[in-house]
Amino acid sequence: MQLAQLLIFLILFPLIAAFFLFLAKKDLERAWIVKLSALAIAIVSVYLLISTYNKGALLVSLIPAEPTGMLMFILEMLIALAILYLGIVHKRWLVVALILVQSVAMLYFELVYSHAIHVESNLFIDEFSNIMALIVGIIGSLICVYSLGYMKFFHKSHPEMPDRQPWFFAVMFVFIAAMFGLVFSNNIIWVYFFWEVTTLCSFLLIGYTKTEEATTNAFNALWMNLLGGVAFAGAIIYLAMFGNGIMGLDALLASGKVIALIPAALIGFAGLTKAAQLPFSSWLVGAMVAPTPVSALLHSSTMVKAGVYILVRLAPIFQATFTGYMLAMVGALTFLIASGIAISQSNAKRVLAYSTIANLGLIVACAGIGTYEAIWAAILLIVFHAISKSLLFLSVGTVEHRIRSREIDDMSGLIVRMPKIAAMMVIGIAGMFLAPFGMLISKWAAIRAFIDVPYGFLFVIILAFGSAMTVFFWAKWMGKIISVTSDSKNIEGEVDPREWAALVSLAGLSFITTLVFPLLSTKLLEPFLMQNYGHVAQLSQDNIIIMILMLLLLVILPLSILIPQRKHKHVAPYMGGRTTTADMRFSGSLGVQKKTVLSNYYLHEFFGEAKLRPAGIWICSALICIMFAATALRGVIL
Amino acid sequence: MINIVWGIVFVLIAPVVGGLIAGIDRKITAHMQGRVGPSILQPFYDVGKLFEKEQTVVNETQTFYAICYIIFMIFTGALFFASGDLLLVIFALTLAQIFLVLGAFAANSPYSYVGAERELLQIMAYEPMVILTAVGLFVATKSFNVNEIAATTTPLILLLPGIFLGFLYVLTIKLRKSPFDISTSHHAHQEIVKGVTTEYSGPSLGLIEITHWYETVFLLGFVYLFFGFNPLIGVAAVIVIYLLEILIDNTNARVKWQFMVKSSWLIAAVVSVVNLAALYFLSGGVP
Repeated sequence: MQLAQLLIFLILFPLIAAFFLFLAKKDLERAWIVKLSALAIAIVSVYLLISTYNKGALLVSLIPAEPTGMLMFILEMLIALAILYLGIVHKRWLVVALILVQSVAMLYFELVYSHAIHVESNLFIDEFSNIMALIVGIIGSLICVYSLGYMKFFHKSHPEMPDRQPWFFAVMFVFIAAMFGLVFSNNIIWVYFFWEVTTLCSFLLIGYTKTEEATTNAFNALWMNLLGGVAFAGAIIYLAMFGNGIMGLDALLASGKVIALIPAALIGFAGLTKAAQLPFSSWLVGAMVAPTPVSALLHSSTMVKAGVYILVRLAPIFQATFTGYMLAMVGALTFLIASGIAISQSNAKRVLAYSTIANLGLIVACAGIGTYEAIWAAILLIVFHAISKSLLFLSVGTVEHRIRSREIDDMSGLIVRMPKIAAMMVIGIAGMFLAPFGMLISKWAAIRAFIDVPYGFLFVIILAFGSAMTVFFWAKWMGKIISVTSDSKNIEGEVDPREWAALVSLAGLSFITTLVFPLLSTKLLEPFLMQNYGHVAQLSQDNIIIMILMLLLLVILPLSILIPQRKHKHVAPYMGGRTTTADMRFSGSLGVQKKTVLSNYYLHEFFGEAKLRPAGIWICSALICIMFAATALRGVIL
Repeated sequence: MINIVWGIVFVLIAPVVGGLIAGIDRKITAHMQGRVGPSILQPFYDVGKLFEKEQTVVNETQTFYAICYIIFMIFTGALFFASGDLLLVIFALTLAQIFLVLGAFAANSPYSYVGAERELLQIMAYEPMVILTAVGLFVATKSFNVNEIAATTTPLILLLPGIFLGFLYVLTIKLRKSPFDISTSHHAHQEIVKGVTTEYSGPSLGLIEITHWYETVFLLGFVYLFFGFNPLIGVAAVIVIYLLEILIDNTNARVKWQFMVKSSWLIAAVVSVVNLAALYFLSGGVP
């Protein structure tokens, strides 16, 4: 009973907070509601972990399913009507068509099948859901707190935009509620409901500024996610028709591949759209028009993580099937291509977007492979990516407000101009690609997982190339930040305390999670893997010790700067013998004073978006078609 | 599993061995060019002299990155010789290399900046092949442990000829030999301004030089892994390979980075697909 209350609290409480945020018109009220609710959500999600610790998967069957299901259906139809209306007003006929197909499908299901289907337990919790809840509850909450500072500044610097902050914060909290619902639902219809709510929330948040670009990109995100929704609805109808009344995730996983593979493929496709895999990557890149905290939320703890969550959930079904391999290939190629495109991007947020797409690709690849080792890697990737990526987005957001630019080349000398935020950014970037931080551990785990499956060497080769590109674009960004520009002054001033609190917490988390990663693995991941696969994956003791040693070195070495040492003789950078002023100006031809400007390599002729993206779209679309064809064929034969 | 003694031996002996290799390298190179060349102890004299000079810097952070570079390079090599996990060794190597790049970026000087970007291009060019070499060794021996790989009785070179060739190709990049000495070169005829190390001088340049010695010994240890079945053949192979690198160094002019990235990626992709697929099917489809 207590467990049920906890789960329902986490789903409903953010909704209540959202309601009050919608009503609160004063900044002060809003700030308190957000801070207190964020704190409450974070504490309860930690408490949930403590209270379910070491108990394995727990099903909750005490909730009255009939009225709740009815309520959800009504809400779903209302959402559909709203989307239909917006689609017609903005003349987005694709959205109209998709929402019609989807609603008709669900209406048909409700009228014809729903009374015959009864799911014993609608909610559940296990270690994986716990991890997801922690990500949503802690990182999601931190992002909301950060937004308080950010949105205030955002509207101050964009007076032309309508200030709809009550709306903004309300939707953020609904989003968090929907994510909790998604990871706690065992009933697939419930999963679908929350899935649609996240689609709607992301649509609303991306379109927040109401500029033309924002509206276009919001609709772009909407149709792609609705396409996934249609596939999801298809899976539900398939299950209703041929599934012997199976409608719970637990039952689906236990039902064997003959029944489960087709619905799993359909839901997997929905997962691909939500996780912004090629060919659907453009919506996530377009979502950059939204205020930065929205991007942080979409990229780290919600939305895209919902996509990979469902794929990892269904991974046992994909394991060792052709469908699984095709999914994994889509993910692996997305990792490769998105990493390449990230090299050619000069806008910090676009680099982050492509890196998210790439890392999600890796998670999808692991989920498609579906062995216990791969799932171990996938969950680690989800955790560490959420932390580092939210830290990066939030620090980019803070920097953006200071320097009025998102261009990486404008961030040169940030370590001098804004040392504190620059340090946060460096930690975030290091967390994304350097040993011994979490993302690298996860990539390592992924390599091990790929080697151990048939044809896995193909995936390892793709991973090797992709991660080499990753090193390139992160390192050049890091170099830009830490380059010491002699003429710059410290302009950091006072960082908004709420922004600062979120940044420091996330930076702390990236160290702590790396340090306690062995605990995370043994206490949460291993029981989950044991239960679902009967095997566990882990790193050997030696390797863990070495990683901790490296981490300590990385923490201690920067402290050496504090040791007083004799001043060295300073000279100006070598400029080919030209006379140069202190701020790196030199006289060019005809005596014109020129400033030295250093810019990163973007290698457009190799990694240009215009070149790689269409290729990726075609290849991945073809793979998805093959996946469906093969899955259907298999269904017919069996 | 971890053999700390060998790690310590590496830390103490590698600079001596690495310096001697550099000295012999210079002697042979000189003979190839029709010169007498310096004494084979010359690298030690050079580095000794660097440490006697006054440290001049563009800014203080540079020295910090140089120190991190050498510490993590020593860490990498020590981990390798103490028979650590090969993948972890490679990740530590990348970390060390990134510190060199950051040091060059930190100076904010045009020449070292271009050097840093080029160094990153080099990393991008060799990294896939290095990872795939480790993977190849794993597939052949079922282990990532350096000691277990070195101690296998099967001649790995016969199982992994393609991977070995691919590794040799990128070894030229790693050893900073022509035609791939793109970010910085040992030869004055390649460039007058020294790329990634442009803004380093005196003791910190000395540190980078010593780091290079450590790295050379570590890389030659990597080559040895392919011949671990017979230590004599192994040592002979390492010597032959290094002589080959000197020959390549002296008979090639620097190429453009485009060629370096394209060719090393193409070779890495082809040899690893062919070699790993062959191993996979030879073992009857069991990974």
